[in-house]
Amino acid sequence: MHTMAASSAACASSATSKLNHHHHRNPSLLPKPYSSSSSQLPFNSRNFTAPAIKTSVSCTLTREPAAAALQMHEEPAPLLSLPRPDSFGRFGKYGGKYVPETLMHALAELESAFNSLAGDHEFQSELDGILKDYVGRESPLYFAERLTEHYKRPNGEGPHIYLKREDLNHTGAHKINNAIAQALLAKRLGKKRIIAETGAGQHGVATATVCARFGLECIIYMGAQDMERQALNVFRMRLLGAEVRAVHSGTATLKDATSEAIRDWVTNVETTHYILGSVAGPHPYPMMVREFHKVIGKETRKQALEKWGGKPDVLVACVGGGSNAIGLFHEFVNDEDVRLIGVEAAGFGLDSGKHAATLTKGEVGVLHGAMSYLLQDDDGQIIEPHSISAGLDYPGVGPEHSFLKDAGRAEYYSVTDEEALEAFKRLSRLEGIIPALETSHAIAYLETLCPTLPDGAKVVLNCSGRGDKDVQTAIKYLKV
Amino acid sequence: MAVAFETIGFLHLKKPDNQLLLLPRGASQLPTLAVKRFTPMAALTSAPTVGLSETFKRLKKQGQVAFIPYINAGDPDLSTTAEALKVLDACGSDIIELGVPYSDPLADGPVIQAAATRSLAKGTNFEVIISMLKEVVPQLSCPIALFTYYNPILKRGTEKFMSIVKDAGVHGLVVPDVPLEETKSLRKEALKNNIELVLLTTPTTPTDRMKAIVQAAEGFIYLVSTVGVTGARASVSNRVENLLKEIKEVTDKPVAVGFGISKPEHVKQVVGWGADGVIVGSAIVKVLGEAKSPEEGLKELETFVKSLKSALV
Repeated sequence: MHTMAASSAACASSATSKLNHHHHRNPSLLPKPYSSSSSQLPFNSRNFTAPAIKTSVSCTLTREPAAAALQMHEEPAPLLSLPRPDSFGRFGKYGGKYVPETLMHALAELESAFNSLAGDHEFQSELDGILKDYVGRESPLYFAERLTEHYKRPNGEGPHIYLKREDLNHTGAHKINNAIAQALLAKRLGKKRIIAETGAGQHGVATATVCARFGLECIIYMGAQDMERQALNVFRMRLLGAEVRAVHSGTATLKDATSEAIRDWVTNVETTHYILGSVAGPHPYPMMVREFHKVIGKETRKQALEKWGGKPDVLVACVGGGSNAIGLFHEFVNDEDVRLIGVEAAGFGLDSGKHAATLTKGEVGVLHGAMSYLLQDDDGQIIEPHSISAGLDYPGVGPEHSFLKDAGRAEYYSVTDEEALEAFKRLSRLEGIIPALETSHAIAYLETLCPTLPDGAKVVLNCSGRGDKDVQTAIKYLKV
Repeated sequence: MAVAFETIGFLHLKKPDNQLLLLPRGASQLPTLAVKRFTPMAALTSAPTVGLSETFKRLKKQGQVAFIPYINAGDPDLSTTAEALKVLDACGSDIIELGVPYSDPLADGPVIQAAATRSLAKGTNFEVIISMLKEVVPQLSCPIALFTYYNPILKRGTEKFMSIVKDAGVHGLVVPDVPLEETKSLRKEALKNNIELVLLTTPTTPTDRMKAIVQAAEGFIYLVSTVGVTGARASVSNRVENLLKEIKEVTDKPVAVGFGISKPEHVKQVVGWGADGVIVGSAIVKVLGEAKSPEEGLKELETFVKSLKSALV
């Protein structure tokens, strides 16, 4: 499996064997869900593949097993050491399966199909091939030189900012990682009809794309209001052959599109696979979608090692449902020296009542099949969120984020529509990269974060999507 | 119509069905405790009806099948709901399922979704529903089962929720988005308050799982007739006949069939297949929701329900 370039140097070959050793021991070291099989999960084979690792880097690696061995004797943090999720799909008290009984069998079937992928080398190599040649992985870890310059203090000190370029993936966002893998999974399940929900349209486009690629019937549920603000993506989905169904119920946004997709699934569960687009929903979705996105963090670890011979100090990502954030964080959750920062949408402001800052202002409840933080009123009715970014405009959040928040492992902050728009413009001007409005929230938080970081701190920000789809929205607010 | 002759002996009232399961709290069978539980004051303030399973037992003795209509609280408004409950009771309903409106009703089709949205838009909330029930339930002869999604229960706290609905005279609870695995805390609190927790089984439920559900279900077993959300269907799937047979093989508990049943023909068919109860929801909700006025809606409700009820005989 390890396709590390052979080297004639003895040093390198010993490094390789140590690397393998480390790789195999990792799962037992860091008790994670399905630890025995996790080394065989779809993306692990990509862990240390690709380019030849330089000898100097190998020397860094040789230190790791020793350090890891030391850690083994330490008492692990009680919460984080438990499997995530457990066999009931729980991340602590979060997650679970709160769905109509009709779906329970399909969820069990999906879970066992997903688990069986662990030993399915054919699936893994097919997926790896598609991710490489069709999606364009791996995505670059780009040093944002002028952005870094922008945050330098008068004495010339400041953090170094890197962008994980998920926006360069085919279809323009991280969403395709999960969509491709789930489409392959649907084929294994013998299901030829695919449904999905979409907010900004990125997940819808990714799903429509993979359905075109694999010849599957595709129905996308989208809030009528979102269809208006993301007209470009609606056209893209239709162009790709998908049927886009407008959802008018409730507030006609992502929440309602998700409810409608679940209702379709309840009705057509025997023929249909639901490609849920975030780390939300009932078990096994939060786990499965995380596993399909964890390639983001795995590549980041490898690329960081190549670029500066170490780990990132801070990871920053926007959080709506939280898939791009978990994709980046997961690899580093057990590296306690790496700060994990999720940035939510504060909309018109946290006190305005018009926001989507679920982790910051929400309360624990059940929505769309999982227990998590959510925006609700005193009667337990779901409150309509607001964000300028359709992809963050969701009143819930992935259960693992709720868990990471309560465990104190990840930090969650929020930025307003206005701050996100400024960041949208800033990155465009400073780096020639137009980010998605979702991503712009993470970028905006750098304003608060960077002045607090020591000189040379390595910040990796997940540039989760590109902003072409958002220009119609931005044009209403920005003078350029 | 023939409704109110079920004068039940006072001591028969509220006899816990699940005494064995109550045992952890102590000897609940002790006469002293029973006396405490059934003080005259308590009897006056609690519902003068029996629970769901008792209702089925009585019907079975009489060779009858339960008619269980569903309506949405607060649609078109709460005073109409109060009147509708009385109409349903007077038309010979054996149990009434009352839907608590929720912002995101995952298991419901367009008719009940729209009813819930209308109801919430009118400001219906849990508190006013409970106040209404406290007034109306003492006037009814049949028990009420609340149909509510989980989040409103969680928000209030399961313990508090159960004691509130018990005080309002509710006898049963259906929570469509809490499958068997997640029912533990609900069941515990329901038992404490003599609320029967109805569980659902569906055409996609594997046999072993169905058995576990049947074993845990209280009041009755809710057999979902279709793969899908609530809403009227042109016909009832033939699968239901076999599903009923399978369930009957493993339990003596009553089985009521719901989802998609909208016409007297459907009712007849399901009864013919051996169901102990028939649940009609969306079709009734539609009558009330689409009427020109609440008064007219109540009139149409009476006509429609009588036609359904007569199909049971």
